[in-house]
Amino acid sequence: MHPLSLSHMSIVSSLGAGQDATLDALRSGRGGLKPCSFETVTLDTHIGEVAGVDYIRLPPELAGYDCRNNRLAEMALHQDGFAEAVAAARERYGADRIGVFLGTSTSGILSAELAFRARDPQTGALPAAFSFATTHSTGSLADFVRCRLGLEGPAFVVSSACATTSKVFANAARMIATGLCDAAVVGGADSLCLTTLYGFHSLELVSPTPCRPFDAERSGVSLGEGAGFALLERTAPKPAPGTIHLLGAGESNDAHHMSTPHPEGLGARLAMERALASAGLRPEDIDYVNLHGTATTYGDAAEDQAITGLLGTRIPVSSTKGYTGHTLGAAGIVEAIISVLALRTGLIPGSPQTRTLDPALRSRYLQANENGRLDRVMTNSFGFGGSNSSLIFGWAA
Amino acid sequence: MRAYVEGIGLLGPGLPGWAESRAILAGDSPYVATPAVLTASPLLPPAERRRSVPTVKLAMAVGAEALEQAGRDPATVATVFTSSSGDPDTLHQILETLATEERDISPTRFHNSVHNAPAGYWSIATRCREPSTSLSAHDESFQTGLLEAAAEVSADGWTVGLIAYDLPYPEPLNKVRPIAGIFGTALVLTPQPTDRCLARLDIDLSRRDEPVSRMAEVGLEALRTGNPTGRALPLLAALARVVAGGAPETVVLDLPPGSRLVVRVGAPC
Repeated sequence: MHPLSLSHMSIVSSLGAGQDATLDALRSGRGGLKPCSFETVTLDTHIGEVAGVDYIRLPPELAGYDCRNNRLAEMALHQDGFAEAVAAARERYGADRIGVFLGTSTSGILSAELAFRARDPQTGALPAAFSFATTHSTGSLADFVRCRLGLEGPAFVVSSACATTSKVFANAARMIATGLCDAAVVGGADSLCLTTLYGFHSLELVSPTPCRPFDAERSGVSLGEGAGFALLERTAPKPAPGTIHLLGAGESNDAHHMSTPHPEGLGARLAMERALASAGLRPEDIDYVNLHGTATTYGDAAEDQAITGLLGTRIPVSSTKGYTGHTLGAAGIVEAIISVLALRTGLIPGSPQTRTLDPALRSRYLQANENGRLDRVMTNSFGFGGSNSSLIFGWAA
Repeated sequence: MRAYVEGIGLLGPGLPGWAESRAILAGDSPYVATPAVLTASPLLPPAERRRSVPTVKLAMAVGAEALEQAGRDPATVATVFTSSSGDPDTLHQILETLATEERDISPTRFHNSVHNAPAGYWSIATRCREPSTSLSAHDESFQTGLLEAAAEVSADGWTVGLIAYDLPYPEPLNKVRPIAGIFGTALVLTPQPTDRCLARLDIDLSRRDEPVSRMAEVGLEALRTGNPTGRALPLLAALARVVAGGAPETVVLDLPPGSRLVVRVGAPC
């Protein structure tokens, strides 16, 4: 693919709001996972909850979109000068020339969960205040963000489970390549809700302790929430020093099982191979891989096989889910932004809580931070239904 | 963007498949809105077949019909699944369960609740490891799916199966989100003409206010406006006429705010 410039980005997770708070947490080893006290949930687990979501107010004209997911998106739009950067891009390109390709798996389903609890005992009717289209509907996130940023280009939500906000980079690249857009806002949001907490619990995938990816005693995922955005534009003929490019994207399917990855990581490897091919790079060109690394036994083992089979055992890799928890549909954008922060600062994040590496896993998994010059980083996102996506970022050549 | 149509799948009220529905869509036979019947796909392994929910049944039925007509091995074809929402019954059951004290969701129900469940089952059934994306854009889900599929054909040179589906919710969700009937459709789109091509599509985004295409027949027009995937009907009707030897036609689908998807439907060569 033709590289795209990643000119602006913003992030919100349990580590805090904005790039500085995120970097500060990674540098100091301060994770965002806490014992679960979300809503009325009674599960024995740790979660990565974003502080202050309940106090966010959407602009009055968009109040109908009010739900936890869109509030998270609103929070992220305010960070790192992102909304202002998009406003400037809108002046340059025109509102109809900027697309909005976002991901979410939950959308505002929490609103429907609360509405079902408040059904009329006689008629079974939902409360009159419940708005399906603007809160619950899967597409509402893209609709809200498009309105919030005053954009009129093509807009949709990708909902391919946990690969979602990684895959949107490829959607944007295609839309720009075909000339339908000049720039695109990508990213998305996924918020805590009862469906995912109790759903992952039913699959026996939720850890009672903060998650420990690649640890011999790992015991499942910690769920989290987050949001993030990136502005992608065509590359400049002479990019400014320090410009970051999206160099490649690779997508694949496992064709194996709805909730368990292919045991040898075939789909994961295919996504990474396709990302390398689309970037015109070789395995040895990658300096760090931010793993999907959920801390499930099957998931970590499959990814380890894919990584060592393709990239060998010398490239530093780590999962940052011990910091943020698994932010599900937002994992792709949260970890893409962490990967770009690593590229920019040379900070290669180690993995909190991972004490004793599983001896069956062979990757060079980082438990402590390292520092060094990075030229190209890869980030992996793999989801339910066997949906895989891998992205490569690097300095503009 | 240009794409060639190699296969078409269709299942809806009174529209039991492409071959059986062509004359109705073209306006040459009367339309009778008998309910659509869903069956589990024989492509699925028995365990998955038992678990398959209505969205999976519908998506797989129209997808299989289109791929079979195209004469393609589905393992080699990328897919775009598009729908306004996930499986209606699964969603209803989960929301009811979470409103009780126990909150004991079944694991199968949970994995069926993800929006990309049909894409997951499809890849398991067809052994397809090609890229697949699952989209949603509320009432514009079909239009955005067509746009994405055409972009994949045009930018990446992939052959793409576009699979669109929408089904009604049970009460009380039906009151807040009414969806008319069970309706699904699929198109196999290729970058180059082949000897199996049925038609050529030239797809553009427009900012002019061309009138949106409608269905002349009252029942089909109700399906078009009542079911998000029904927005595909004017395109399917144009395909039915062009494939039967009719003159090229232009179809206009709305893409708010302020855009139109303009599709010129012509003979493949």
